Order: sequence, then C-alpha cells, then structure tokens
Amino acid sequence: MSARILVRVQKEGFDASAEAAVLTQGRGDIGALVSFTGLCRDEGGVLAALEIEHYPGMAEEEINRAALEAASRWPLEGVVAIHRYGLIRPGEPIVLAITASAHRGEAFAAASFLMDYLKTEAPFWKRRHLAGKGAGDWVEAAAQDHAAAQKWRA
Amino acid sequence: MKALYFSWVRERIGKAEEEIVPPENIKTVAELMAWLSGQGENYAAAFANIKTMRAALDHTHVRHDALIQNAWEIAFFPPMTGG
Repeated sequence: MSARILVRVQKEGFDASAEAAVLTQGRGDIGALVSFTGLCRDEGGVLAALEIEHYPGMAEEEINRAALEAASRWPLEGVVAIHRYGLIRPGEPIVLAITASAHRGEAFAAASFLMDYLKTEAPFWKRRHLAGKGAGDWVEAAAQDHAAAQKWRA
Repeated sequence: MKALYFSWVRERIGKAEEEIVPPENIKTVAELMAWLSGQGENYAAAFANIKTMRAALDHTHVRHDALIQNAWEIAFFPPMTGG
C-alpha cells in the first residue's frame, strides 16, 4: 500500500479542487480522480444551519482508519478525507472524499466506501438549527446509511 | 478513568466529561452503563435506551460486552450522523 493519505477535521471550509490538485500534481500515473462533496441542505427552507459536534482525536483516527481500509481494499494512489464541525449553513460543504487511482472503477468504489464508512463510524453528530428558532433536534441516524455501510462487510 | 459524553447523551447528563471511579466488580461496558444509570436521574435518562447507545474505549468503537480493562477513556454517544 503506497497511497498518499490526507485526513483533516476542521471548522473552516475547504476547496475541493485545491485538495484534489495535491494528489495529482506532478503525477502521470493517476488515470482516475473521484471527488465527492457533501453539502448542507436547507430542507425546503426550514433549516437555517447544521451544527456538527465531534469527538476530537477519535474523529481523525476513525477517518484515518477508513482511508487506510479503502487503500488496502483498492489499488489507490491517494485519498483525501476532510470533515468539518461547527455551524454550517445551507449550501456550504460539510465533507470531502477524494480518491485517486489508475482506473475509475477502483476510485469510484473507494470513494463510495469511504462515505458509507464515514456516515456510520466517524464520531460526528448533526443537530438542526431551524430558521428563526435556533437550536433544534438532533438528526437521527438513518437506517439506509447503516445498510449502505453493512454491504461492504459482506 | 475519564468518561466523555456526546450529543444528547451529553445534554441529558449535563456535562461533557468527568472522572469516574467505578467499583472493582465493573468489568464490561454494559456493567459500567448499568452502574452509571444509578448515579442520578440525569444518568438514568441518558442510559434509558441502552440498545441505541454506542461506546468507544480509547478512541475505538466497542460492543457492550467489551472488557474495560485498563482503558484510560470511555465515551458514550448515540449512533453517528456525520458525512
């Protein structure tokens, strides 16, 4: 395994193309780059923001474990995984998963795996802030996310 | 050992972290949760639905039957909703 792995947990936003360039700069062997950005939705106008709580230390470690597992399952050249915390407004990015490989099949699969794993194993919790009402309820874990993560365990 | 609480577990207990000294006979995560439940109404409320509670020992997810042994940190939280 020789994949370059870059993991960050941060309050600030990120520039997906700049992060991707870190993996591809000066490389002639990468034929496929998959970049997934998860954004905050406004849920039909009712959501003012998402507040994301995390477990400092474990969050970084858990994302790193996911990236390492992706790199052990597929022949990757690089992985970038960034997850934000704090208050995030609709339209702003929350999470970034980039995978680089020689061929697209591996890059797509690894990016999908990484996101499924992040959603169910990385210690982050979202809470809704409703327009004009402030802090609201905690987002409940979705059964479909759990099922999506389980399929990689088969 | 250090205990950390996140999301609504933190809110129900009323603190984010504390130093806990469980009795010697507490060996597993499940036993620790049962013991914590008896530490007050706030703890009882936080651990009311044990089945949905997730735990991590020293930054690693564990099942409820895991042995605590020499762990320096335990964390309790609801299922994760990141990504």
